[in-house]
Amino acid sequence: MTAPVSIENVSKTFGHFTALDKVSLDIRAGEFIVLLGPSGCGKTTLLSILGGFLSPSSGRVVIGDRDMTFVTPAKRPTTTMFQDYALFPHMRLVDNVGFGLRMRGLGKAERDEKALGFLDLVGLKASAGKRPHELSGGQRQRVALARALAVDPEVLLLDEPLGALDLKLRRQMQDELKAIQKRVGTTFVHVTHDQEEAMAIADRIVVMNQGRIEDFGPPSQIYMRPRSLFSAGFMGEVNFVPGRVKAANASSAEVETSLGSLALPAANFTAAVPKAGDVITLTIRPEHFRGEDKSDDPMFALGDARVAGSAFFGTHYRCHLQPCATDGDALVAHLPQSSDVRDGEIVPLAVRAADVVALPAASGTL
Amino acid sequence: MLRRVFVSGVSWTYLALVYAFIFLPVAVLVLFSFQDGRLPVPPFNGFSMQWYEAVFADRKLMAALSNSMLVAISSSVVSCVLGFLAAYSLARYKLPGSALQRGLLIAPMTVSYLIIALGLLALLNALHMPLSLLTVGIGHVVINLPLCFAIIYASMGDHQINIERAARDLGASDFKVMALVTAPMLMPSILAAFFLSVTFSWDEFIIAFLLSRFDVTLPVEIWSMLRSGLNPKTNAIGSLVFLASVALLLILEFSLFGRTKKQ
Amino acid sequence: MTATTLEDADRRKAWGFAAPALLWTLAFFVVPFLFMAAMSLWKREGREIVRVWNLDNYARFFSENALLQGLVNSLEITVIVTVLSVLLAYPLAWIIAERVPKRFQRMALILAILPFWTSYVVRSYSWLLVLSKNGVINQMLTGLGLIAEPLEIASTRTATVIGFVHFFVMLLTLTIYSNLIQLSPNYRRAAADLGANAFQTFWHVVLPLTLPGIMTGAFLTFVLCIGDYVTPQILGGNNELVLPQIIMLQLGRRADFPMAAALSIILMLAVTVAYVLCARWLKIERA
Repeated sequence: MTAPVSIENVSKTFGHFTALDKVSLDIRAGEFIVLLGPSGCGKTTLLSILGGFLSPSSGRVVIGDRDMTFVTPAKRPTTTMFQDYALFPHMRLVDNVGFGLRMRGLGKAERDEKALGFLDLVGLKASAGKRPHELSGGQRQRVALARALAVDPEVLLLDEPLGALDLKLRRQMQDELKAIQKRVGTTFVHVTHDQEEAMAIADRIVVMNQGRIEDFGPPSQIYMRPRSLFSAGFMGEVNFVPGRVKAANASSAEVETSLGSLALPAANFTAAVPKAGDVITLTIRPEHFRGEDKSDDPMFALGDARVAGSAFFGTHYRCHLQPCATDGDALVAHLPQSSDVRDGEIVPLAVRAADVVALPAASGTL
Repeated sequence: MLRRVFVSGVSWTYLALVYAFIFLPVAVLVLFSFQDGRLPVPPFNGFSMQWYEAVFADRKLMAALSNSMLVAISSSVVSCVLGFLAAYSLARYKLPGSALQRGLLIAPMTVSYLIIALGLLALLNALHMPLSLLTVGIGHVVINLPLCFAIIYASMGDHQINIERAARDLGASDFKVMALVTAPMLMPSILAAFFLSVTFSWDEFIIAFLLSRFDVTLPVEIWSMLRSGLNPKTNAIGSLVFLASVALLLILEFSLFGRTKKQ
Repeated sequence: MTATTLEDADRRKAWGFAAPALLWTLAFFVVPFLFMAAMSLWKREGREIVRVWNLDNYARFFSENALLQGLVNSLEITVIVTVLSVLLAYPLAWIIAERVPKRFQRMALILAILPFWTSYVVRSYSWLLVLSKNGVINQMLTGLGLIAEPLEIASTRTATVIGFVHFFVMLLTLTIYSNLIQLSPNYRRAAADLGANAFQTFWHVVLPLTLPGIMTGAFLTFVLCIGDYVTPQILGGNNELVLPQIIMLQLGRRADFPMAAALSIILMLAVTVAYVLCARWLKIERA
């Protein structure tokens, strides 16, 4: 089963602390949504409100077309997969997976059969008679998934389910999780603070910070066209270049920076329509710097820069570049493997207009 | 080297002396329960089982034995159930004044049994309630409830919260969560609380003495036997209780020890 | 849809689960206790209990020497027992924890507390077998020709103290041992590393670290000892009455319930004072 989820203006306060501040979010049926953010951003609180372990201080939660705001976890069409897996230590795997069916009054034979089916789905049918303490971390994680799916929820909530696994296993489980989600078609809402994990599995990512949604969209959009400085910074390394809008019209804007002037399409202003005089911050990903002009796209030359330091990363050189025109902050740029970078060398810098995103400057500088 | 030998010699001598002190009365008790004679004091006249026969022939003593078992087991069951529910509530939910509630629940532990018994006796008299095994049981729950609550509450770790949440999430009612998940997880400490409670109730004298009338428990019956002075029959029943308790203790020790080893 | 939040519903359920235990404690502990406290302010006249508020019972306690002496006896015996028990139990616990090989420690501990499992009444009685005029000790000493006349130990304060110490040595050995083995061996290693000898290590490191455990055990000893009726009644006899014996006398022979209640309150106050005196060493809440 699967269902859309609608979160309407949900706030949650604990005493004087605001964990969630008027959060609204529409999730489509069958979508794989990742709530991404640093610890304390409110993502786990939001998940608890979806799961029915907390009720919002204000606002509504609608799943399918039913208001679920104050419905207990047991009566919701959601199941939660907990970070510590929360397997019942005294039950065999088949009884763990069959627990929800038992609560729904299914007979032993029928629920054992179904439970075995779900254990099969996660590749643990042979271990059905074991107890949780006999399993490895990755196996426990799979049992928790099978147990949550066995009751055929419309929405599966995953609370950092891969957090306890080592990196290699985590990457492997991401793929499995994604494959299983495609197969069962259930709406998945997954919480993590790992942006690589988010990009690997999400249909759409919700970037959260300080109880608010900063950005929401497919991974490529969040990465390439972030709608907030926080989102840009959280999704990966980025250079912030302060600037000011000199002139703007409906289709483009003229921006002045310490590296020179650029004409940006208005579409690159992802957060607000540009007006002359706006103080803005340009965000440029390290891999978007080009050493030389190519003719097919509109490029901006940013002048020369001196290589202040570099390291070889396999897929690229990661370099600290000091623009010659200013003594401002150094830029981080990824230069191709093939380029023969030396410290102290002067390289020309350029960037494609389409790759530069302009956002309102933070009240403090980032 | 010499010093080390000296220290270890002193240690072992001390150990032997204190063990002798600890075991002296019990050894005398058991030895003279087999006395062939009317006085359980030296000289030892010879081996006889007559006092054990006398114990088993004593219907009042046997009745007291079964009364004691009844009171011990039923008051311990009530203490464990109430203690478990209260521990579940206070460990798993945030209630206003929970520190106060915890304090109230363990308060009887700090008050002498004599005072608890006197208070109950005064109240029962005022309410014209007759004294019986039931009133003894009520008193024993008062003293054992704090114990059961404290033991079970202490064993409710935060790591079990998500496990219970998962059960609730999968559709279990609170009572099903408790019966199918919480209680099985906490079984070692619940059993420990139960057996400790049984021991305390079984051995308790002053509450049983003041709150009972016609049906009495074993310690009260033994107490009335003491009026006849030193008597090998008292030795016999004392030894029987001792040996039965030790046997039970050893069984529990090995079964519980095996359990903890497995986990 | 219900208008109450999930947290409200949870709170209601939580009250429901806690209620039976709370009500039991209120009904059968708090209410009786308050009732008894109130009763201590009434008095007995003839065979009747007169419900007039007065402090006569307390006044009588402080003016009648026999009553006041009961409290003094109780306190003296309790303090002697507590100190002796700690002094005997600590070395025993230490030897079991430090000298006995690890795999025999559990066995040594079980042996040390085995007589716990005799019935409490029987345990006092069995000391009578040892201490009475024709008991084991007297017969042994006269048999060896060490004494001509049997010693009067039974029915004295000494007998009461021996009976109590026997019981509390077992209890304290258990609590002190569990304290000692919880100490990280690194404390001792660190002290030795810094140049402390065995005695200095014990005196400056081990003893202070086990002090809270000792105090908790000592307080428990104090509470159980001062409130006990069985041991002084069987072993001490009627020579030097302690407070619980006097309370039972009021109840039995004199049917003076208000006086018994007043003496109980005084007994509780003594325990409270003891608690306040050693409160800073006690860790009862999260013990």
